[in-house]
Amino acid sequence: MKRRHLGVGRYHGLGTWTVLCFAFLYLPIGILIVYSFNASSLAMTWTGFSLDWYAKVLRNDSIQFAAVNSLVIATISTLFATVIATAAALALVRGGRFAGQTASIGLVTLPLVVPEIVTAVAVLIFFAHLELNLGIGNVIIAHTTFCIPFAFMPIRARLVGMDTSLEQAARDLYSSEWQTFRYVTAPLLMPGILSGAMLSFVISLDDFIITLMVAPAGATTLPVYIYSMIRQGITPEVNAISSVFFAASVLLVSIYWLLSRRVMSVPKGSGANNMSGGSRT
Amino acid sequence: MISLPRNPRTRTWLGLAPAWLVIGVFMLVPIALMAVISFLEANPYGGVHFNFSTDAYVQIAFEYDLMDDLVFNPIYINIILRSVGLSVLATVVCLVIGFPVAYFITLQPPSRRNFYIYLITIPFWTNLLIRTFSWILILGRNGVIETPLLLTGIIDDSLGMMYTNGAITVGLAYSYLPLMILPIYASLERLDFRLVEAASDLYAHRLEIMTKVIIPLSMPGIVAGCMLVYIPSLGAFIAPDLLGGGKRLLLGSLVQLQFATARNWPFGAAIAMILLAFVVVALMIYAQSARKRARIEGDS
Amino acid sequence: MMRQFGAPLLAITLSVSGTAFAEGDLYIYNWSDYTAPDLVEKFEAETGINVIIDSYDSNETALAKLQSGATGYDIVVPSQHFVEIMIKEGLLQKVAVHQMENFGNVDPRWTYPSWDPDQEYSAPWNWGSASFSYRADLYSGSGASLSEFFEPSEEVCGRLGVFEAPDEVINMANLYLGLPYCSEDPAEMTRVQELLVNQKPCVTAYSSEGLNDRLANEDVIMSAHWNGYSKKGREAGADIVYAYPEEGIVGWYDSVVVPVGASNIDNAKIFMNFMMDPENAAIQSNFSHYANAIMGSEAYLDESLSTAAELNVPADVPVIFGEACSPAAQKLIDRVWTKVLQ
Repeated sequence: MKRRHLGVGRYHGLGTWTVLCFAFLYLPIGILIVYSFNASSLAMTWTGFSLDWYAKVLRNDSIQFAAVNSLVIATISTLFATVIATAAALALVRGGRFAGQTASIGLVTLPLVVPEIVTAVAVLIFFAHLELNLGIGNVIIAHTTFCIPFAFMPIRARLVGMDTSLEQAARDLYSSEWQTFRYVTAPLLMPGILSGAMLSFVISLDDFIITLMVAPAGATTLPVYIYSMIRQGITPEVNAISSVFFAASVLLVSIYWLLSRRVMSVPKGSGANNMSGGSRT
Repeated sequence: MISLPRNPRTRTWLGLAPAWLVIGVFMLVPIALMAVISFLEANPYGGVHFNFSTDAYVQIAFEYDLMDDLVFNPIYINIILRSVGLSVLATVVCLVIGFPVAYFITLQPPSRRNFYIYLITIPFWTNLLIRTFSWILILGRNGVIETPLLLTGIIDDSLGMMYTNGAITVGLAYSYLPLMILPIYASLERLDFRLVEAASDLYAHRLEIMTKVIIPLSMPGIVAGCMLVYIPSLGAFIAPDLLGGGKRLLLGSLVQLQFATARNWPFGAAIAMILLAFVVVALMIYAQSARKRARIEGDS
Repeated sequence: MMRQFGAPLLAITLSVSGTAFAEGDLYIYNWSDYTAPDLVEKFEAETGINVIIDSYDSNETALAKLQSGATGYDIVVPSQHFVEIMIKEGLLQKVAVHQMENFGNVDPRWTYPSWDPDQEYSAPWNWGSASFSYRADLYSGSGASLSEFFEPSEEVCGRLGVFEAPDEVINMANLYLGLPYCSEDPAEMTRVQELLVNQKPCVTAYSSEGLNDRLANEDVIMSAHWNGYSKKGREAGADIVYAYPEEGIVGWYDSVVVPVGASNIDNAKIFMNFMMDPENAAIQSNFSHYANAIMGSEAYLDESLSTAAELNVPADVPVIFGEACSPAAQKLIDRVWTKVLQ
């Protein structure tokens, strides 16, 4: 696992471009956070530093309830969607060609191509006819469904043409099917799975229309709450709770970063992380 | 721990079963329901009457004018074309911004790659509506971009960046950038760098290495990314409304309008069916080319 | 593996259905940020009933949810014309509001309204209006006529905001042209269409979000607006004036109703009665910045509310409430709006 030759495959300005891209991604977030500390309720007018909006969030049970709902729904749906998508991707890419392959790819990508509002209304009618009332479970089912293609695409992109020689080697060395998957295939696939899971998570976290229609009593999510502030206007309270979400995600990443560094510093040969570069050593 | 059946066909279908079950029941059936609805009569207060009617489809290309005469009506066709154009533009912008970034991340040591991937998605933990809202403060009158230019006298009036197609494109690209970067990354990350080195040893030019080796090898990721950006862009309504000023209807808002304000479910469903038909055709072309590519790769 | 997978889903299912039917709950379905937290706290403290609030973004969504049947809400707060539709569609329960203890507090102006003539279904919540607002420091007009909005002068042209949805805009156009709401006459609607099409080149944005922000950052200097929301913008420091054009303003009136299928009907009735108490109505108004229909609530109102120009309609300006349009009229509205935004 030595460094590949510096220079080869490197291009001028790549780093600068990436920095600019991150500036593009983070500039709006910076502004959003700054205005969560603004005393005024108007975004454009800075009238002084204040923690009022955070205090309001603390007092607002509805917005907290919605935020928790959002996180719970996103986490569980991501889990389901990623597992289902991984199984489907493995089957489709490794299964060779078979009748129903195109249909299956079409099916998995279907949730992506139907306009959201149509899915929303269709599923609303469908659930009502089934008299399905699982509370937050209704929303989880709907989110899992439309998250599957978002998880599926990166995993499939990763799998297509992925070197199978390591897996064959493992099988030749009499590791069981499960062991091969656990110690060879899964680590190799990890960047795809991770990408897919992250996409599912943020897609679920942001969904509005489908949730609005599908959510039964007690299942309002944060986006639904925010969009329903029409008559009042969106207040910096929303900035405040979004900043909290942002801080939470930064915290999670920092913890991950620290943990993974520790794992990384463990001598090699002991697991998944060393495998991930396997195909090109 | 479960032991899988030996027969490869059975295994394939076993892997696909959960996806078929979930999407089949909770997506396919409701969509079939929508297809039926598109051929029914609208109930004035939302919902439908159970009478067969092709009104909804006629309405897409023809209209009854206010005097109830049937005339050709390009409005909806224009809306569809306009939406497709903007989505293509947003996809191209995402690809141009996203590909180099995904590539840059792949060049990092493995320990740092996941960290970068998180950095890409962190902004998306915050709500899309207020993130898009921030762009008003950046692009708008007296915003982050204009204020310094105004103060230094480089410009003396608003640039009018807001409420334009350009602003919509920025908003769309911003909303969907991770959907482009992550699949490309997933695909690039398994790129065999020995191929790049080999090409370099054979005195291939840097540009050639990029266009003849790296891009072709990451094609599955690029295609996946383009689809993940293009399709949601078609139905987007936040950026068009907030940054574009909602002056020209796009598909997302049009379908929304039919289901909500106009309460014309069959028409909304019909537009969705047309849209679906478009995408299905695109998907079939994609599947065809993927199969061809697979064959070529298999031969080599 | 499959077994491990099913378990969490099952657990969620059980826990949710477990709470949904427990006694002592009240499920409220309302716009966001439109139910005063103080009010909810007070209600919970006084009655011991646990309140859960869900949000919707429009009357249409609330209607669609009720039409679909499976909801579980005990209280919904739709606007007047949707109360009428919901009653027609058989989605609401009769709860004899006129017999409730606090019903006597309702201002006679608002009792037995046209959308619920026997006051069987609905109790008052808040009411307000839609008109337009302008930046008094940047605009030289006086907001005395809707012509300033629909046929904007040079200084407004290119800096004008309009709502995203047609409902109020078309009603305002009807007021300006002296036409009835929900016109079924194509000739009349052609005039509305012409008016809006001619206005369009001057319009900066058709958007209902961030109305005050656009006015504050001078992207627009005039915008269609709701009265309570406009008031918030003025109090935040922008020189925003809510106009009372002589042709009239479009009114809306939100009511508390109980949908068919509600599982906590008694609690819903307790809440309705609670809302007709002057002090409670005032707590709600102080939070939402919209007026209520309860006599005696003035005593508890914040001073900024009782004196606010936005909430006190001049006597000579008519407030015309939106109606439930017939299918024919709705179709014309849809065509006009699509033509305008094509």
